Amino acid sequence: MKLSILGGRVIDPAQVLDQIIDVHIQEGKILALGDCPTGFKAEQTINAEGLIVCPGFIDLCSHLREPGPSYKGNIASETQAALAGGFTQVCARPDTQPPLDSPAVIRVVRERAELAGKAKVLPIGALTQGLEGQLLSNMSSLQAAGCVALTNLRRPVQDNLILRRCLEYAATFDILVVFYPEDSALKGSGFAHEGSLSSQLGLEGIPETAETLALAQTLLLVEQTGIRAHFAHLSTARAVTQVAEAKAKGLAVTADVALSHLLFTEACLESFDSNFHLEPPLRSEADRLGLLQGLKDGTISAVSSSHLPHEAAAKMAPFSVSEPGMSSLEVVLPQMLALVESGWLNLSDLVKRLALAPAKLLGIKSGALWPGYAADLILVDPEANWVLNEQTSFSAGQNTPFWKQSLKGRVVTSLVDGKIRFNLK
Amino acid sequence: MSSALNNPAHPRNVQLTSDGRLKHFLSINGLSKTLLTEILDTAESFANMGEQAVKKVPLLRGKTIVNLFFENSTRTRATFELAAKRLSADVLNLDIKTSSTAKGETLMDTLQNIEAMYADMFVVRHADSGAAHFIASQVTPRVAIINAGDGRHAHPTQAMLDMFTIRKHKGGFEGLKVAIVGDILHSRVARSQIRALNTLGAAEVRLVAPKTLLPIGIEEMGAKIYTRMEEGIKDVDVVIMLRLQKERMTGALLPSEAEFYRLYGLTTEKLSYAHPEAIVMHPGPINRGVEIESAVADGPRSVILQQVGYGIATRMAVMSMAMSGQMHERAQIQ
Repeated sequence: MKLSILGGRVIDPAQVLDQIIDVHIQEGKILALGDCPTGFKAEQTINAEGLIVCPGFIDLCSHLREPGPSYKGNIASETQAALAGGFTQVCARPDTQPPLDSPAVIRVVRERAELAGKAKVLPIGALTQGLEGQLLSNMSSLQAAGCVALTNLRRPVQDNLILRRCLEYAATFDILVVFYPEDSALKGSGFAHEGSLSSQLGLEGIPETAETLALAQTLLLVEQTGIRAHFAHLSTARAVTQVAEAKAKGLAVTADVALSHLLFTEACLESFDSNFHLEPPLRSEADRLGLLQGLKDGTISAVSSSHLPHEAAAKMAPFSVSEPGMSSLEVVLPQMLALVESGWLNLSDLVKRLALAPAKLLGIKSGALWPGYAADLILVDPEANWVLNEQTSFSAGQNTPFWKQSLKGRVVTSLVDGKIRFNLK
Repeated sequence: MSSALNNPAHPRNVQLTSDGRLKHFLSINGLSKTLLTEILDTAESFANMGEQAVKKVPLLRGKTIVNLFFENSTRTRATFELAAKRLSADVLNLDIKTSSTAKGETLMDTLQNIEAMYADMFVVRHADSGAAHFIASQVTPRVAIINAGDGRHAHPTQAMLDMFTIRKHKGGFEGLKVAIVGDILHSRVARSQIRALNTLGAAEVRLVAPKTLLPIGIEEMGAKIYTRMEEGIKDVDVVIMLRLQKERMTGALLPSEAEFYRLYGLTTEKLSYAHPEAIVMHPGPINRGVEIESAVADGPRSVILQQVGYGIATRMAVMSMAMSGQMHERAQIQ
């Protein structure tokens, strides 16, 4: 199949490219940008005038809910939502039921994803068996089965000795380890940012030190073991400073922030709206600004959706007993465009944070439009106004404060391996 | 970011009708001095009913009030029940802890089932902060919700009966210094009292406790923090003691009851630091010898038992006002 995308504004930060130029695709791969190569005759052309053409986004943390409770979503529904949101690849969290801790389960996930034929799924395996924090997972087998990284999510590892062994073993195979820094004892039974507001509302707090203390400890073990480490979903300004200091010391660490933490603060909890019950908790305005600053200066290299779809009942409960998480794959693009509009980043940065940086830190040849790379790319209408609702959303989860809200900026077409897998009617 | 989503609807709107009347009573937050004074004045009109031969007014005749207690309570539930009966309402008491939710029914299902029985008002006590707001805004908005205590968040009828007690004994709030002593961290009563005292214009609200029992940043509600009892209650007009739960020792919040009593227990000796006419209050139930000495609890300065009696009048006021606001809004919708 030969395909040409004509007249679009191509933004590819890897090539420092932002110009109106054609993209030619052959056999699922990028063949060339610009003039039509000699001898190439497109069987299909897409008119991209007025649209942005860029590498497909790569999400670092989505819950695809499969295997697990199907009423919360499944691989087909959530990878379809991913494509509609511009994500051609999504990393799958390991806290499925059963967890992603064996090659057999990884295989099931990959087969289901292929069968669905939507966004590609990059499984992240469990760092410990059953995510229980006691026994090492079969890391090499998980890597061979296609895991791009390992994590224990927010589940505690029994003690620092076991954590050290995990990291040493992972370092043996040069596997990326993803940390969600949180000290479980300091978190306790908390579920909101500890501060004046949570004190007033009587919501049990999670102190800043739950994140910074865990991060500091982990950084020391990372330094000792020489592991490639990624810190996911930073929520405090101080953690951004810690990561910047570690990078300055020459440690091979990267960090991301969840979209929600760039947009919202603890102030949203005042109405006890359970859509804002998130992990980590929404923190102060100073933290939000610190995260945005970290994104701007590159300390935080990637933005993640932290997509967690829920059925309605999971959120129809008092704040503390509602299930945490937000359905967000479909709103990342419009909300990131809003951050561009308010001057926090430019369009090239947007593509870098959502495509190039995730690819780089995962160590995969993707997130760019180099000739020979898989033709995973999207066409975006930055001016399109639309409403997120039953007609436009594909995710099984409607647990987002953007539900039935108008949004600006929309994915028109998503291509995976050169094939149109999503096209707006 | 100027998106409307970053400024979610303020919770104060939930409990008021569009023209500013009470339709639910969820927290003191967002209620005006005028409205709080109206509650106290209305309570005053009910205050002497207990001494009359016929202890009833027909304000809520034909209305069904359901007491939904997801947490145990003796006096709060009893005073709510009495208040409802004195307003001539039909009352149903449901101890939810031992019924539906134990069978796995969700809070939402339980409430919608009871709403289907044509209840007009729910009096709700629940262990989770924000439960009353959740019910009023998401589950049964057409039923008047009275918060009888939600987690650590609010206990607004207790705060109002305390305000009623203070007004009775001190005449008003101007120039008034009030100290709240003890387990502020877990206390929904303290949080509601701080709001009510500030709204009603008290001169000074002081919180007295060790740092483990003081929530971070609580002073931003409008209170001064004291860690030494003698300084904290110096010259105050009102001392409010809070109940200390035994489990605070196991949670590593305190070393022992004895040390707490030595430092923060209200004894005759410590009370001598307060204003000579200071009154002593306690939301009950009291722990003699843990936060308060018997001689003080039963002494001439104690108004603890009067608080209980005023609780009925205050709850009658809040219930009748919320029902009236709710009916008013229903009429407008129709």
